[in-house]
Amino acid sequence: MIKSNLLICLIRTLQSIGRRTIDRLWRLGAGARLFLLTIIYSGESFRRFHLTIREIYSTGVMSLLIVVVSAFFVGMVLALQGYYTLQKYGSSEAIGVLVALSLLRELGPVVTALLFAGRAGTAITAEIGLMKATEQLSAMEMMAVSPIARVVAPRFWAGVISMPLLALLFSMVGILGGYIVAVPLIGVDEGAFWSQMQANVDIREDIINGVIKSIVFGVACTMIALFEGFDAPPTAEGVSRATTRTVVTSSLAVLGLDFVLTSFMLAV
Amino acid sequence: MDRTTIDLWVGIFVALGVSALLGLAIKVGNLRSNSLGETYTVTAAFDNVGGLKPRAPIKSAGVVVGRVDDISFDTKNFEAVVTLKIDQRYPFPKDTFANIYTAGLLGEQYLGLEAGGDEESLKNGDRIQQTQDAVVLEKMISQFLYSKASETEPEKAQAPAPATKPSDSKSTELGDAPF
Repeated sequence: MIKSNLLICLIRTLQSIGRRTIDRLWRLGAGARLFLLTIIYSGESFRRFHLTIREIYSTGVMSLLIVVVSAFFVGMVLALQGYYTLQKYGSSEAIGVLVALSLLRELGPVVTALLFAGRAGTAITAEIGLMKATEQLSAMEMMAVSPIARVVAPRFWAGVISMPLLALLFSMVGILGGYIVAVPLIGVDEGAFWSQMQANVDIREDIINGVIKSIVFGVACTMIALFEGFDAPPTAEGVSRATTRTVVTSSLAVLGLDFVLTSFMLAV
Repeated sequence: MDRTTIDLWVGIFVALGVSALLGLAIKVGNLRSNSLGETYTVTAAFDNVGGLKPRAPIKSAGVVVGRVDDISFDTKNFEAVVTLKIDQRYPFPKDTFANIYTAGLLGEQYLGLEAGGDEESLKNGDRIQQTQDAVVLEKMISQFLYSKASETEPEKAQAPAPATKPSDSKSTELGDAPF
């Protein structure tokens, strides 16, 4: 009796693992299909560019404040923490290089993507999930309007366009924050701060690679948010769960992709 | 298409992003130091270029006058051939001396030019005849150790001789010892 109970328990565990794995694979495939459809239907979002512009406003412009403010603080903290270590080796002038390189290569794209997932990704998921729950998407299909062309593609391109711009602003404002801490507050020589930075930051290797990273993150974050919204069960609970999943999945995807991209870029 | 405030905000956003890129490129990156004006190309052969890399600065009296364009290997003489791009504004005499220096003790390597006294100046495609190789730290340390070892060798050769003497004397002492 106990033995058979144990057996049933084991079988159920295995079943649930299998079900979850199949579910994940199904979602991965559906996500890839949605991505392909988005690319195919994206002609519409460029022909009627005002749709994309409206989405750039709600994803990019509305994220501007949080990105700029956090960039400023991240830059200031970087300068403070960097100074703590660098002054032990008597090279506190290198603080400009430290702040600029860590922002341009890593923190700019990554932190912007994390903030973007929290600020804009959740909004996209909730909006599309609610559109689905209130059957707006079905109504569009009834009217022979593809919801992918009308709803998904403009949001996708808005995210892809906004992300590198936001990441560049993040780096720029972060460097300004680092400058404010390093030069007036700590008293690092201003000329050394900028000249060391200019001598060690490479346009192609550091700035362009950072932009490439943020474009990839833009694709990943926006696509995950769109898919979660599209895939959400049309209930209040389903939408809220999908929103949570957007943040979790995008954050993990950004950090994982960051490792892959960095190793590729360093290998070249 | 009618203009809306949204368009304006998006325009401001894009302008900010692009200006951030330009600001980063100009203020943070080394766009300006890369942009040499008109250049002329000369080559120089080295037995060993050490860690010199393409795009390394070429300095004369500490001033950047050009950049290393390319480093290739000459299979005829088994030498490294460095192609130098020097700014047209800075003509150098024909007998200019090219050295490979290291910035600081462990810093990056750069090419230093020391002007000679020749009347004629280097032209496009010329070859710098007098060169000095990069200092390879391992080589220097091994040379130093070798010279140290050769210094101490005579002492070592002397050292065993006195060492045998006491044992000799000891045995004689023992032999002479009265029991």
